[in-house]
Amino acid sequence: MAEHSEHIVSPKIYAVVLTALLVGTVLTVQAAKIDLGRWNIVLALTIAVTKMTLVILFFMHGKYSSRRTKLIIASGFFWLAIMLVLTLADYTTRHPEPSRSQLQQTPARTSPVPSGFSA
Amino acid sequence: MHRTGELYGQFQTLDQQKESATLGMWVFLITEILFFGGVFMAYTINRHAYPTAFGVGGNMLDLALGFGNTVVLIASSFTMAMSVWSAQTSRKKAVPVWLVATLALGSVFLGIKVVEYKQKFDHHLIPGHGFDITYCSNNPSACGLSGKALEDEKKEIEEGIRAETDDPNTPEGLARGLIALNAHAQLYFSLYFGMTGLHALHMIIGAGLLLWLIFEGFKGRFDANYNTPVENIGLYWHFVDIVWIFLFPLLYLINRHLA
Repeated sequence: MAEHSEHIVSPKIYAVVLTALLVGTVLTVQAAKIDLGRWNIVLALTIAVTKMTLVILFFMHGKYSSRRTKLIIASGFFWLAIMLVLTLADYTTRHPEPSRSQLQQTPARTSPVPSGFSA
Repeated sequence: MHRTGELYGQFQTLDQQKESATLGMWVFLITEILFFGGVFMAYTINRHAYPTAFGVGGNMLDLALGFGNTVVLIASSFTMAMSVWSAQTSRKKAVPVWLVATLALGSVFLGIKVVEYKQKFDHHLIPGHGFDITYCSNNPSACGLSGKALEDEKKEIEEGIRAETDDPNTPEGLARGLIALNAHAQLYFSLYFGMTGLHALHMIIGAGLLLWLIFEGFKGRFDANYNTPVENIGLYWHFVDIVWIFLFPLLYLINRHLA
């Protein structure tokens, strides 16, 4: 099923998207100047993802592309999510290695080293 | 080599041929998403581990230059989109004009980046032997720091040292804190130069591609029947813009409420 003739996005839409992206840029700078604690990064990334979505949908014609192309675009972010989520799942649940000074403070191990382990 | 947009043997229709080209470009861009994704992953883990040092490092960047560059790059994405539109509507003469505008804005971006890199060299913020996070607060005249900005930077570095040390009550403990802060701020600046450098490399490649498009565009090659190169290089250019949309808040805006 071939789509007939490509969809042409009008300059008016491009201008609206340009304005939205510039407003988003000003917004992200102003938001960063307010102390929101851990929510600063959440807000900054929300604005960035919104800007990215606008660029993909309109500048890159994602909104008007075929379903096959849309699937490919989505799959890219799916693979990215696998990398981010699984890596962070490891890093956020792993206990950090103790530093040398911490090791010196803990009393020496009294129990014998389990058999099968060499020092 | 055919560059006129006739139907190749392996395709049924021109629409199918066009869609294959777009699809192929997106597959390439996905490899780019994952390529940059790895670097963003490294950034996330290190920022999570050393939030204070990353905040101190981030506030040493020039916010006005970073903001200006974001505006310039977004504008260049708009001019790129306009050149695609000109080709799609067979405005053959307008195509290279919009492309030249895109190339000019891209060059302004790279020029501002050069100014920023030079400033970091002058401020001893290049990771390595000469790195010194306290250089500007100790030599305020060399960095043009004075008044409240100087007080803020001194306070931030002091807080950074207290966050990094294991013992804030002794001079030795504070000295260890400064060493740790310098070490972890270098991690931030390594990522800063790595990420913006990789991004700039993509911009330089994009500029080269634009030069070729401009050359072909002035010959009147791109119109409603054949504009695949404009469209695909446009996709690449917008992708590089998206990378910067994330780099700007992540590198420049970490702890701006302190500055």
